[in-house]
Amino acid sequence: MSRPVQYNNTVKFAGIPEGYMGEGFMATNFEKVVSLARKNSIWPLPFATSCCGIEFMATAASHYDLARFGAERMSFSPRQCDLILVMGTISKKMGPVLRQVYLQMAEPRWVMAVGACASSGGIFDTYSVLQGIDQVLPVDVYVPGCPPRPEAILDGFMKIQDLVNAEGLRRRHSDQYKELLSSYGIQ
Amino acid sequence: MALSNEIVQQKLTEKFGDQLSDWQAPYGMLTFTAQKDLNIKVLQFLYDDTELRFQFLTDLQAVHYPEKKGEELAVVYHVHNLVDNLRIRFKIFVDIEKPDVFTATALYQSANFMERETYDFFGVNFVGHPNLIRILNVDEMDYFPMRKEFPLEDQSRIDKDDEMFGR
Repeated sequence: MSRPVQYNNTVKFAGIPEGYMGEGFMATNFEKVVSLARKNSIWPLPFATSCCGIEFMATAASHYDLARFGAERMSFSPRQCDLILVMGTISKKMGPVLRQVYLQMAEPRWVMAVGACASSGGIFDTYSVLQGIDQVLPVDVYVPGCPPRPEAILDGFMKIQDLVNAEGLRRRHSDQYKELLSSYGIQ
Repeated sequence: MALSNEIVQQKLTEKFGDQLSDWQAPYGMLTFTAQKDLNIKVLQFLYDDTELRFQFLTDLQAVHYPEKKGEELAVVYHVHNLVDNLRIRFKIFVDIEKPDVFTATALYQSANFMERETYDFFGVNFVGHPNLIRILNVDEMDYFPMRKEFPLEDQSRIDKDDEMFGR
């Protein structure tokens, strides 16, 4: 008689990177191993200021389960984080605070703007609201929606994973990247 | 006998006479206009009088009337008598070119933040305020956003300048 418990037998493991394999050893590209490790263990910093933050809470909770992507460890210390998720309206007065949090993160770091307000100011086209966080920091992924559904946030997160996977180890030393940062006044 | 709008109006008229004008009671709330220099004297009288006892400053803010030349800015005081549960409101009008108003911070500590906010948004200069600097907006802001000559929309952005956004 089969057991009444359904085992979860659809677990997907991260694929093995290309390489030369033999008995007891494997030789591959160091960059691929590092990318694989980084991609599947992103530590997010939720910078939630309004309703998009509520959607993120659902995303992180059991039903949508952000932990499936190796991101269950929310950190509220920017020093330990790889990805800052900006969720909600950022006022102009909050701008320097957000920037300070970003500066405190260690490289490599990624930024995701969740929702219309963080991406463009949203409906708050007004004197007191920052018209998109890309005015103060370089953004990697924008998630549209007001607020976005948890599926959209997950989709954005998977886009970040793709970026992390594809990013070479030397990218952060490139002139292009330095130019991008200096255009935001970050050394 | 409970305190009523009529008694308040009568006592104020006895004390200040013609200097208070435009008596109204919209939605039952007694409202009048005082001369600009009298604001603290009126507040103090309302506070000290043993019968009136308006000892709680509910709100203090400003209104911009661009069409009223010479008295564009109205500063509005809401005070509350907590014993008899009666609220009244009075306004003073100042010229936007020289928006000097005496501060109420000596009488009400709570006026400190409210006057800073009023300064922040309307540029009313509260003479004698201990720390009249911006409170809610960014420090770098160089205008008073609630004055009606400034549009609500953020003027610094360049990506919304087409007709789709009603500009």
